[in-house]
Amino acid sequence: MTRTDILNFTLTESLNELKNKNISSVELTDAYISNIERMDNLNIFITKNLEKAREQAKESDARYQNGTARILEGIPIAVKDLFCTEDLRTTAASHILDNFVPPYESTVSQKLKDAGTINLGKTNLDQFAMGSSNTTSYFGNVVNPWRSKAAPDVDLVPGGSSGGSAAAIAARCALASTGTDTGGSIRQPASFCGIAGIKPTYGRCSRWGIVAFASSLDQAGPFARNVEDCAILLREMSGHDPKDSTSSKQEVPDFQAAINGSIKGMKIGIPKEYRVDGMPEEIDALWQQGIEWLKSEGAEIVDISLPHTKYALPAYYIINPAEASSNLARYDGVRYGLRVPGENLKDTYKKTRAEGFGDEVKRRIIIGTYVLSAGYYDAYYIKAQKVRRLILNDFLEAYKKCDVILTPTAPSAAFPIGENEDDPIKMYLNDVFTVALNLAGLPGLSVPAGVDKNGLPLGLQIVGNLWDEATVFNVAQKIENAAQFNFKPEIIEKMAA
Amino acid sequence: MGLTKETVLKVAELAHIEMPDDKLEQLLPDMNNIITWVEQLSELDTDNVEPLANISDETAPLREDVVNDGDIQDKVLKNAPSKREGFFEVLKIVE
Repeated sequence: MTRTDILNFTLTESLNELKNKNISSVELTDAYISNIERMDNLNIFITKNLEKAREQAKESDARYQNGTARILEGIPIAVKDLFCTEDLRTTAASHILDNFVPPYESTVSQKLKDAGTINLGKTNLDQFAMGSSNTTSYFGNVVNPWRSKAAPDVDLVPGGSSGGSAAAIAARCALASTGTDTGGSIRQPASFCGIAGIKPTYGRCSRWGIVAFASSLDQAGPFARNVEDCAILLREMSGHDPKDSTSSKQEVPDFQAAINGSIKGMKIGIPKEYRVDGMPEEIDALWQQGIEWLKSEGAEIVDISLPHTKYALPAYYIINPAEASSNLARYDGVRYGLRVPGENLKDTYKKTRAEGFGDEVKRRIIIGTYVLSAGYYDAYYIKAQKVRRLILNDFLEAYKKCDVILTPTAPSAAFPIGENEDDPIKMYLNDVFTVALNLAGLPGLSVPAGVDKNGLPLGLQIVGNLWDEATVFNVAQKIENAAQFNFKPEIIEKMAA
Repeated sequence: MGLTKETVLKVAELAHIEMPDDKLEQLLPDMNNIITWVEQLSELDTDNVEPLANISDETAPLREDVVNDGDIQDKVLKNAPSKREGFFEVLKIVE
């Protein structure tokens, strides 16, 4: 079996090959390591963990031999550099944490370790997960492995903030990866990179050990090449954690078992407010195609209204910076991270934070501090929380009429690096279809459904009711089956040669 | 109504971020655009709406009030930029 054959296996297929001893974990891990080296110019990883990965692969092979293999034994994964990993540098793609080596492991990455996965390294992201293009990292931009047929020399963004984790799957640098999603940071990069990614219900995964951004919105989730792989991964990542009081005690269902269910008679909601001005025709056409695919499986299409949709982004851009400014107050140059000496302690704080944070991070901290400051708190922060209630109520009302909602994931395909940088609001609009779910806590999955005229991937988003990821996976699987998305970036197509 | 330089400087001071003139010039128009944009929320009547802080309806769990961690001074100090005799070290704050 060649390395290319090995790299073409999905997670589920790789597990079967390992169990049947057609390949060893060392062979599998080596195939990914050699490809990581080949794809180095995409700048996917901030910190690689290749030597340890090789050692772990040997242990996994021993476990396959002696019958103690765990559920994801020997699967090479990549971890977003926002999850603290014990004795492995964790930077949040920032200067202020560029020398931080956590003495503990995040709950989600620990669970994946305990399931037998092998961590190949820490993936690049927007600094502190603030961005939609992976262009705010202190460690440079991630390049999307996909290229436009119209302009093949132009580097495209992978989306953000989990850009490295998404690009890692598309470029065959890992079989699975972890992401976090505060306003679309799993789903939008999944769409831009032609892979699957899910943000589960708020509270499904523990946030413990994830560098905090906006705590009432942040949620971890997996990326993989297809829906079934995501279903397997999410189950392993989920569950109550005494160290995060917002992690739920709800039982974690077998998501993989849900994907082969029938959707006959299921009601699919189509929100009229998601037909936004200026959306490319191709995305609208793909959305229509998705509707047809689900109809042909016997689902019923229901028109719904989410009347407060246009207020989701402005409400989000009050709540998100407010929570960020509070969370990021901890970076003071005293206990960990960068310290830039000043004339006195306060001056040290100010210099450390001015030098340690990037421009987008500082912008959000200052906006957040402003909307929380005396005299403005009610007008901005409380107002935004009230609008948040209206947005949740829109969805609860809609779910009286439908079981699941179908929308596009993002208003465009991947765009060139440097585009949308002149105006922060233009960049924020990338999350127009994803951000309301974070405000309402709902699960959403992006599944690759087609390519645009330039050969770039486009995703559709399936939005579930609270705690109903099972239905999300089931409907996503139907779209995946119908779409037969077999497109690959050219660098992957060329790999066989 | 636009934000003034003085307001932004005051907020930067509250947030403990040094703000030189060139950074302030760069930040001010962006901040004004963002604040004007989020102010569209004032179109909505929210008088009788309860603010939503957290979507969870589960009660935050309580645990036994027992020591379940500790004796990890080395780990706590491991990433300190400056430490001495088991303490974090900072510049003198009391004259």
